Amino acid sequence: MHLAYPAVLAALLFCTGLYGVLARRNAILVLMSVELMLNAVNLNLVAFDVWLSRAAEETLHSGQALTLFTIAIAAAEIGIGLAIVLAVYRARGTSDIDRLRDTAEGHETDTSETGPGTEKAEATA
Amino acid sequence: MTTTTLAVLVPLLPFLGAVAGLLLGRNAPGFVRPLAVLPTLTALALAVVVAVRQGGDAALTAATELTPTGSVPIELSLYIDGFAALVAVLVGTVATCVQIYSTGYLREDPRYPSYAALVSLFTSAMFLVVYTGDLIVLLVGWEVMGICSYFLVGHYWETPEARAASLKAFLVTKLGDVPFLIGLFALATDAGSFEITKVLDAVAHGGLGHPTVIALLLLAGVAGKSAQFPLHTWLPDAMAGPTPVSALIHAATMVAAGVYFIARLLPVFEASQAAMVVLAVMAAVTMVGSGLAALAQDDIKRVLAYSTIGQLGYMTGALAVGDRSAAVFHLLSHGAFKALLFLAAGVIIHAAGTNSLAAMSRTSRLRERIPDAYWTMTVALLALAAIPPFSGFFSKESVLGAAEHVTTGHTEHAPGAAGWLVLLAGLITALLTAAYATRLWLLAFHGRGAEAPDHGRQPLTMTVVLWVLAVPSLGLGALAYRTLPGWFDGNDLAPTVTTSVLGTGVALAGALIAYAAWRHLRPLAAVAPLGAVAAHPEGDAGQVEAEAIATHAPAYGDVASAPDPADPGRLLLGPLYRHAAVGFHLDAVYSALFVRPVQGGASLVRFLDREVVDTYVRGAGALPRWLGAAVRRAQTGNVQTYVSALLAGTVVLAVAVLLVASGA
Amino acid sequence: MNPAATAALAAAQHGFLSPSGVEIAFVLVGLATLGAALVTVTTRQLVHAALWLVVALGGLAVEYLLLTAEFIAWVQVLIYVGSVVVLLLFGLMLTKAPIGRSPDADSGNRWAALTVAVAAAAALVWVVVDAFRTTWIDLDGPAAGSTEVTGASLFQNWVLPFEALSVLLLAALVGAIVLSRKAKAESSSPPVNARSVTKSSLGVTESSDREGAR
Repeated sequence: MHLAYPAVLAALLFCTGLYGVLARRNAILVLMSVELMLNAVNLNLVAFDVWLSRAAEETLHSGQALTLFTIAIAAAEIGIGLAIVLAVYRARGTSDIDRLRDTAEGHETDTSETGPGTEKAEATA
Repeated sequence: MTTTTLAVLVPLLPFLGAVAGLLLGRNAPGFVRPLAVLPTLTALALAVVVAVRQGGDAALTAATELTPTGSVPIELSLYIDGFAALVAVLVGTVATCVQIYSTGYLREDPRYPSYAALVSLFTSAMFLVVYTGDLIVLLVGWEVMGICSYFLVGHYWETPEARAASLKAFLVTKLGDVPFLIGLFALATDAGSFEITKVLDAVAHGGLGHPTVIALLLLAGVAGKSAQFPLHTWLPDAMAGPTPVSALIHAATMVAAGVYFIARLLPVFEASQAAMVVLAVMAAVTMVGSGLAALAQDDIKRVLAYSTIGQLGYMTGALAVGDRSAAVFHLLSHGAFKALLFLAAGVIIHAAGTNSLAAMSRTSRLRERIPDAYWTMTVALLALAAIPPFSGFFSKESVLGAAEHVTTGHTEHAPGAAGWLVLLAGLITALLTAAYATRLWLLAFHGRGAEAPDHGRQPLTMTVVLWVLAVPSLGLGALAYRTLPGWFDGNDLAPTVTTSVLGTGVALAGALIAYAAWRHLRPLAAVAPLGAVAAHPEGDAGQVEAEAIATHAPAYGDVASAPDPADPGRLLLGPLYRHAAVGFHLDAVYSALFVRPVQGGASLVRFLDREVVDTYVRGAGALPRWLGAAVRRAQTGNVQTYVSALLAGTVVLAVAVLLVASGA
Repeated sequence: MNPAATAALAAAQHGFLSPSGVEIAFVLVGLATLGAALVTVTTRQLVHAALWLVVALGGLAVEYLLLTAEFIAWVQVLIYVGSVVVLLLFGLMLTKAPIGRSPDADSGNRWAALTVAVAAAAALVWVVVDAFRTTWIDLDGPAAGSTEVTGASLFQNWVLPFEALSVLLLAALVGAIVLSRKAKAESSSPPVNARSVTKSSLGVTESSDREGAR
């Protein structure tokens, strides 16, 4: 099989996930996009491992092993990430990323009371 | 103790007294008066011992180098010859008298502790100047005197006159000190040392490369310090200080420093004929001009100030004809009688409640109120007018004799023209001096009108000092003119017949003219009432004087003169009176030549700084501020925006790296 | 045999215009996967996004199978489709995500995100295609990712990282529990102005905890 197919697919998936991370408002959707990015990398790892294990006499199958590790780490990440999102949601009443603006210049009060995110938050509710 | 140790202690003791006085002044008021008087008195005693041990023999020198200072070494050194020893005795005497007098004069002044400490510091600095053998150390004392005089003249700093006078004294003397400093460096560079002995050696062997330049530069500093034309204008204004300060600083010590300095380094000046002529012209202009100005002053202390300038003119005149013995002789006798004059004037001001001669001339029985001041003042004025056998006669005759000696061409040091100049100016000044001395005496003690108020006897500390100083005023000249040559260069100081007759003749003539004018105008005084007296006649002398100075300008229209038609000076000077009263408009000339251009330049600089330079500064600050505001707007707090920017940058960088790596 | 000759030989054996069956399948499944991923990141219905994510991850599992990595394909199905997506759905429910279309699922950063993503995609595709246009994977022979092969390599060569990973998972487990517990302690206070209330009620919470422990 032409190596460009999985490689291009991985690249496109990665960029799709990238778009999701940058554009999605809900933190859980952002986590989903992160999963997409991780899977794109996994696809790359598997494809190159298959290609290289054919070309070489001896192989450690490092690509596949690393894929497994990545999957495990991704599972851990999603667990921790969800716990954090839940904690934020309980503390702030929202899981919208663009309303968590405590680090903004001139930020004095809670963003849930002021700032441009207020109208959108009401619309969400 | 060795003579060297004693000599070191002489400047050190008043210095320690000053430090202790400043430290203890607030906390232990009881110690202030002993701390002011005793160190100075001890220093006087030590100076006398040093003088006796030195005895006019070969100069006593000692030097120790504190630390290497580069190319030209600077050493703490002593150089005590007959001049130094005797001038130190004079300084000690006057300083002790002034300190004792001040305890009475300023007895209720709240700032007496700092005042006494500054006077001690001043005395110490003058001792340093007198005894030191190193020009840089001399400069240190010289400048310490400058700053002390600034503080002391401004003692009554509540009055604007005193503030202006202290600033003026400081700035004008500094104006002379800048060229003086450059001159010292030039001299040391040419001679290869700051040591006076080595400098004199170098001069003797013709080692000076630029004698005229050096001499003229040094002359500027001397003119500032010794109040010689054209830098004399600070001295009359400095009379805004307390009278004892005037006596100490502006009669016997600080102004004497300049003359003493030239006397020390006379060979340097003699190396340049031009400098000697300049010195002679300076002396002549100073003498005659100050004599005329003194005749027109209304403030009793300003009369004395101008007379100081004139007497210093005699000393520089003597130096201009190359006779430093005569100069220092006159310095000694003048120091004694001028200190006496000032201290007596302080008593008169206290008793009369005013410093205005016009007001005193309308007050009767003043001399019965203060007999001590009357008699001692009479002695001092006779000495000032150079009437034999008072001390001023002998010292002034020695100056005139030296000048006459030069005119006859008996010396190779000084040009004949200088001799003629000094001789003629000296004779004219003798006439003027006698005239204003007479005017002062008549106006102050022979007034008619309301009786002087009776304040009781003056404090003993003030009157005793007057009699102590009256002794040298009376007898110093006659005793000294035979013995002094042994201490000095050996020049004959005895009065010659020609100059004696001439000098005494013009002095008597001046006195008679002034008396005649006074008699002629006396009836006018009763017609034109004038005068203001102090508001607190029961206060101590310092307070009365401060009030008198502060009220002179409002009461009479000017700090220097009064519109008194009965003033004999007005008749004698005629149309010149108006100009003489304001010091021949020299202040106005300075104001036009220097003050206004400097103020204009300052406002120009202020304009350039505020409007031009600051514009650039503000502009330079605006750009970062705008950039900062723009960057601040980027801090939205939205994490996604940050990550977008981060990744966009990453993409750009990656593409750039790829393009570079692939050689595109 | 040098690499250039290998590439030339491979080009001779294969061709863009004569794709094999596996390739056709790969491309078709890949298109489906990509489409599902695109819907995942663009849909306005949040729950649908999770469901489309299942499709995308499942498609990837198929791709793994096509690449002869069967073990990884099953792991993918088990862990991602089976647990991660379920976790995500739970997360959506717990945060009271709106069901149905929400008009503002995308933030205002959308156009910037699109620009960055398209630029990154263009750069990556250009580089990848340029780099691997003459490279083929030989899928004949024994499977490269069968359970036996993967197991052998994992427990022969990768034992230590594998065990370390278990520690990491444990830590993540503990961390998730701690985070949730703390959040639970605070959940008693109303979510609005939670900060100030949290501070003031902290002492009360702690004391009640202690009482509970007693």
